[in-house]
Amino acid sequence: MMQSNMQELERTAWRMRLELLRMFGVGKAHHFGGSLSCTELVTALYFHKMHYSAALQNAPERDRFIMSKGHTVPAQYVALAMLGVLPMEELCTIKRLGSRLQGHPDILKTPGLETPTGSLGQGLSYANGIALAARLDGLRFNLYLIMGDGELQEGQPWEAAMTASHHALGNVCVLIDRNGHQSQGRVSEIMNIEPLERKWEAFGWDAVRVDGHDMAAVCGALDRFDGKGKRPLAIIADTVKGKGISFMENTFKFHNANLTEEQFRLAERELLARLEGR
Amino acid sequence: MSTTKTRETRDGYGEALVRLAHAHKDVVALDCDLGRSTRAHRITEVDAARFFDMGIAEQDMISTAAGMAKMGKTVFVNSFAVFVTGRAFDQIRQQVCLPRANVKVCGSSAGITQGADGATHQSVVDVALMRSLPNMTVIVPADARQAEQAVEALYELKRPAYLRLSRYPTPDFVPTECDFRIGRAQVLREGEDICLCGCGPVLLNALAAADLLGGEGFRVGVVNFHTLKPFDAEAVADLVGKYRRFVSVEEHSIIGGLGSALAEVLAERGMGTRLLRLGVADTFGESGSADELLAKHGLDAMSIAAAARQLLKD
Repeated sequence: MMQSNMQELERTAWRMRLELLRMFGVGKAHHFGGSLSCTELVTALYFHKMHYSAALQNAPERDRFIMSKGHTVPAQYVALAMLGVLPMEELCTIKRLGSRLQGHPDILKTPGLETPTGSLGQGLSYANGIALAARLDGLRFNLYLIMGDGELQEGQPWEAAMTASHHALGNVCVLIDRNGHQSQGRVSEIMNIEPLERKWEAFGWDAVRVDGHDMAAVCGALDRFDGKGKRPLAIIADTVKGKGISFMENTFKFHNANLTEEQFRLAERELLARLEGR
Repeated sequence: MSTTKTRETRDGYGEALVRLAHAHKDVVALDCDLGRSTRAHRITEVDAARFFDMGIAEQDMISTAAGMAKMGKTVFVNSFAVFVTGRAFDQIRQQVCLPRANVKVCGSSAGITQGADGATHQSVVDVALMRSLPNMTVIVPADARQAEQAVEALYELKRPAYLRLSRYPTPDFVPTECDFRIGRAQVLREGEDICLCGCGPVLLNALAAADLLGGEGFRVGVVNFHTLKPFDAEAVADLVGKYRRFVSVEEHSIIGGLGSALAEVLAERGMGTRLLRLGVADTFGESGSADELLAKHGLDAMSIAAAARQLLKD
């Protein structure tokens, strides 16, 4: 297990938030809330847990990361840029005509992506398919997914949860970005998905709950997963939608929204202050 | 009584799948609790580890297949045509066609000749759905031997495809000297007065209709459009040079299937041709025997001949 410096990882997550903000910019609709809530999870995976680097991006035995809630792929784009898989200066092209960085993941266009997602609920099935094929070929690696809590209202994740436990895909780990808000409001008010831990356990998974913004807790949960057991793992990460930007926190209103110049400056000031320890 | 051996296109599929699995380690098959009916289960004769019964979960099956294809597998996914194309359309769109995954969607018991189970199980819009998807190839084999040829050709294709399979038994009626090539229509019979264009086992009824009309002195062409996409527009252009009257014959809605494909090309290139679309006329199926249903929808030999005769008079 890699010994990571927690402070450095935390800083990476906050830098990811700043890069997300700058990538999104002013006056264009982007998925702020869910991208900002999962940055610790993405950081812990790419910069701590996964057997992955720019040099390994096409290696058969690399660990795989799948952003099942495809609308928050910008967080993955930033991570891939920080790893050198994508040029940093390309980030600002997101959603422009002709850009490799599509609004939702397109694996034919963007290096480093493993799965086409966007229409929700399909990522886990796809990951299971990768895992089953790898087993046939005798390849060993782990698969990590980030799923949204709202995404779990779809039926297919539960079909896939059955498949993963039925086939004892112990190398599959799902991280649920439980930020409590979806596009139009609170998850609990729109369509309740709880009790999540008991649901995953009932489907034959191990399940743990962590504070999704506590880097040491997230890394600790991941460190206890070696991918060699018989049961897949669900890490239910309690997060804050829009984390790190005061006016975006804990509301659905910045699920997919655009910023005014003034809002952008305020957000940037807040994130810089956090990064500079002010 | 005829002693000609009959088979179903799903049988040809099963035969070819076994052969492919023997020859190629990358071939795997997934099914949704219908593997013995779809014949996909036959892959277990070669290697049980390469058959995955996903349970009754078509969406999970398609996405799982796409993940396997990402790992270099050639994946044949199976269920009844109505479920695999309808229930999992979005997964086929997003995870198979968009990334050009090497997944062969095999829709079995297609069309009204599914028979007894009725409207819920009779697939009459599957071709329309699959034909509309970018990157998709759509094949409707006419007989079991053609299904075998199609499966072998699809293995080489390395791209998404939809294979429409039937449980309606026919002899292998496409002449052996007709080459099977994806995207190339086959002229089964030359004529000059009218051209019957069909796909799938119901083509046998088109051939019988051509015999009936031939007995009345008409010279009737019959063409097998086994590939609905990419559609053989060049063949249509050739046919337009010979014929002024066309009849499309398919066991599918007249909206979105062969009739539509033909109409699209004729409208663009045809000038002055007439087209009559025979098929399921924008309605659902119902329970009945395969032959009863074919007759009810005007797809038996007598009805096809009668429709063609009428068009010849116009």
